[in-house]
Amino acid sequence: MNTTRELIEAHPFLAGLDPSARQQLAAAGHRINFLAGAPIFAEGGRADRFWLIQDGRVRLDLHLPGTGPAIIETLTSGDVLGWSWLFPPYRWQFGATAVDPTLAVEMDGAAVRRLCDRNPALGYELMQRFMRVVVNRLQATRVRLLDLYGQP
Amino acid sequence: MIPLPYRVVHRHEETADTVTLRLEPVGEALPRWSPGQFTMVYAFGVGEIPVSISGGSGPIIQHTVRAVGAVSRAICSAPVGAVLGLRGPFGQGWPDLPPEGDVVVLAGGIGLAPLRPVILAGLADARRLVVLIGARTPADLLFTGEYDQWRAAGARVLVTVDRATGAWTGHVGVVTTLLSQVPLAVDGTGPPPSGYVCGPEIMMRLGAEALVAAGVPPQRIWVSLERNMRCGIALCGHCQLGPILVCRDGPVVDAGSASRLLQHREL
Repeated sequence: MNTTRELIEAHPFLAGLDPSARQQLAAAGHRINFLAGAPIFAEGGRADRFWLIQDGRVRLDLHLPGTGPAIIETLTSGDVLGWSWLFPPYRWQFGATAVDPTLAVEMDGAAVRRLCDRNPALGYELMQRFMRVVVNRLQATRVRLLDLYGQP
Repeated sequence: MIPLPYRVVHRHEETADTVTLRLEPVGEALPRWSPGQFTMVYAFGVGEIPVSISGGSGPIIQHTVRAVGAVSRAICSAPVGAVLGLRGPFGQGWPDLPPEGDVVVLAGGIGLAPLRPVILAGLADARRLVVLIGARTPADLLFTGEYDQWRAAGARVLVTVDRATGAWTGHVGVVTTLLSQVPLAVDGTGPPPSGYVCGPEIMMRLGAEALVAAGVPPQRIWVSLERNMRCGIALCGHCQLGPILVCRDGPVVDAGSASRLLQHREL
């Protein structure tokens, strides 16, 4: 069984990060398993963590009254789950549910924010990486908005 | 230039608006086709449209048609026993599968139809075949009855939709996001991977970019263009795209050429 440190070192989101920084981050995280169907967080809940998905699948969903949850996106191994912990009001905008048995590293958001405050170089590096994730998902969302497959 | 009569011997409704027709020559058959080529399909009394070949063997040709206009609606509604006219096969098809290296097939929507013969050819050595399929909703997926056969033959088949509906538990997101789940052999020690891409043009552009980012050399990525083909033999000019006539020089072109052409606002 891999340790949290090993899982963090193998995760592509943190690839190339300074080993001491990875060590510090490892101290703010722990490995966690979710059963298939297990809720990870709920829309509107307090966002105080994020997850580095190692294996499995997680769906982001939004509750629609009368029709149940609408699936927004699926995240898989190598993805990062959650960024609402970064900014006030620290509330989840969507819900997340494990689709398959999922292995992840659960990171303590407040601890990582404190780490970034103490080490601005690490904070800048992490912000850049999160921004890349956000931009990639924004671009993917824009492409989906075009409804390409609907065109003849 | 005269269409040859072909009879519908089997029809399968893939989705609410897409039908696969198996066509058998009534008399003379068209010359042998290769994957990626198209024929001009004539609905007598209605009109003629270009349609990619989605399969077939011997004299049998299979077309998968989406009903989006008067002619395609007429073709889609052709019952078993109906006769359609075919001309072709036309154009440059997909290059032969390279003897070595991973093969990634990236298909969006109806774009899976011209790639199906590539997939079937790749199943001969399916250990290195990766098939990534995207569609608008689960109900829009084509050839769903074949995915498990492809997997059983050894291919890695991943499917995603833009919008999950019904009891869908699969992946949700753009088709390019599936690439992260299939690490390709791009360490430089072995033969490089190849990419075969077909779908809406923007998807093909983004798909080709994603393949390059994943390590596929640009010169080993091919896309299938869609233009307003009319004559099929490079005479009428309807399908001109910059310096090429898609009916003759395409529809399959390398991604580098396609990218330059598709980003010209004037084209």
